[in-house]
Amino acid sequence: MPLLSIEKVTKSFGGLTAVSNVSMHLNKGELVGLIGPNGAGKTTLFNLLTGVYEPTSGSIKLQLEEEKNPRELGGLKPYNVTKTGLARTFQNIRLFKDLTVLDNVRIAMHQNIQYQLPSAFLHFNKYHKEEDRLKEEAERLLDIFHLAHKKNELAKNLPYGEQRHLEIARALATKPVILLLDEPAAGMNPQETASLTETIKWLRKEFDLTILLIEHDMSLVMKICERIYVLDYGMLIASGKPAEIRANKRVIEAYLGEEVSHA
Amino acid sequence: MTSVLTKKNLLILGCILLTFVLVQVLMSVGFITSFHEITLATICINIILAVSLNLVTGFTGQFSLGHAGFMSIGAYVCALIVMRFDSVAGFLVGILAAALAATIVGILIGIPTLRLKGDYLAIATLGMAEIIRVVFLNLEITNGAAGLSGIPRYTNWFWMYLFVVLTIVLINNFIRSSHGRACISIREDEIAAESMGINTTKFKVMAFAIGSFFAGIAGALYASYFYFIKPNTFGFLKSIDILVIVVLGGMGSITGSIIAAVLLALVSTFLQSFTAVRMIFYALVLVIIMIFRPQGLLGTKEITDLFKFRRKNERIE
Repeated sequence: MPLLSIEKVTKSFGGLTAVSNVSMHLNKGELVGLIGPNGAGKTTLFNLLTGVYEPTSGSIKLQLEEEKNPRELGGLKPYNVTKTGLARTFQNIRLFKDLTVLDNVRIAMHQNIQYQLPSAFLHFNKYHKEEDRLKEEAERLLDIFHLAHKKNELAKNLPYGEQRHLEIARALATKPVILLLDEPAAGMNPQETASLTETIKWLRKEFDLTILLIEHDMSLVMKICERIYVLDYGMLIASGKPAEIRANKRVIEAYLGEEVSHA
Repeated sequence: MTSVLTKKNLLILGCILLTFVLVQVLMSVGFITSFHEITLATICINIILAVSLNLVTGFTGQFSLGHAGFMSIGAYVCALIVMRFDSVAGFLVGILAAALAATIVGILIGIPTLRLKGDYLAIATLGMAEIIRVVFLNLEITNGAAGLSGIPRYTNWFWMYLFVVLTIVLINNFIRSSHGRACISIREDEIAAESMGINTTKFKVMAFAIGSFFAGIAGALYASYFYFIKPNTFGFLKSIDILVIVVLGGMGSITGSIIAAVLLALVSTFLQSFTAVRMIFYALVLVIIMIFRPQGLLGTKEITDLFKFRRKNERIE
């Protein structure tokens, strides 16, 4: 059974069906792309997976290796989805802007903290031990993204590319099984995109991750994704290997418009 | 480094004790008269109120206009207990009961209202505080609009100072814990906080409950210092007073709240000799500060950050 199964998920807002009867799956360790023209419902699907929206119908199931039965994610609150092992980044960066780089990562580690409210108030030994561990782990994560030396800077003062990296670091701090990246290369130049590509590949191996990626940059998607799903007007119009997607007639139509037939 | 007795902590402890002894000596030699003492009590009570409201409004970002409501619960609970058990033990039990009663009401009010945001929350908390006031106005045990008088006086400089220090230390510790950071993340970006595994409702209610707890203590100290309480003492204007201290000192700065509480009490005492224009001057001071420091006197910084900054610069050189 796949790690994540999305079964016939529909989400409508009043009369508008943003995601319609979509079924997809992610196998353990895969790197899957989700593409489609603007307004196709990609981010809505992300929001359904992470609990921001509740599906109108259909189910989202997570089958962890160590567990016997799959867990239903549809309808869970976002923080509970994160606890079960899904972490995400946002299309329009949502960092804690006025906090330091270090705090951004530490906040994401809160769910694994090992001390309770009394320690928070009275700073018992347990507090110091845990805070030391937290800081060490956070710095190790930041180091991966070459941000360790900027740990005391405010997140809003980082250059754009580094903010994107920090968002990924923050997502990783929640110790996810599945990482959902919403346009990680948006606004990056070709060199930055190339380096991001390498980072994503490396992360998957290093952290044993399964990654679902929304991206407009086709060079990135075609280069690193093993499988691709294509959405258009909320419906799944194609899925398969990059080469198949590139040759798929419906995908080309969705992006470039239909061919004009000569009378 | 895990020892509590670090150099920094010892220094802070020294400062705390020194301030206490200094004021105590000034009081015994008569430099601080009983007239000044009222200002001192106002400062202490306002510090507790402002620091606790800062946790809710400044750090967690939940705009509350009902802080005086929780203060009134503390005041009435403590007054009723200390009037029945006229002793120091009764006073301390009264404070504890006051804090707990305020916390419970805080949680009960927080759960339904904290799902609202911004101005909607402000109006809702304002309404809740009014409800509390009207309840006290109509209860028999609280003696209605006439209020309670002849409350035994147990609040003195020692108890006030002790609870001020406790409030500051405990809330400051909380802010610097993982739980405190979770609260701050809600202020920064609620959607992102939730996606990072933070149960935002839980932490909003938690901050609200902690804020109410200390507001209850402030109310208890107030009741046992000023002999007399009535529902209108804790009206809408009192909530605004506390909010003004928080905004003026800087939302998200504990030392800012302390400085603002002291400053405003001094300004207000100083202006007492100019009765006619007193409120105009007071308001003018607020307007001027807001024009030149819209983020409050300290913004989100603490006064102790200044020392840290200097030390860092020295190292670079």
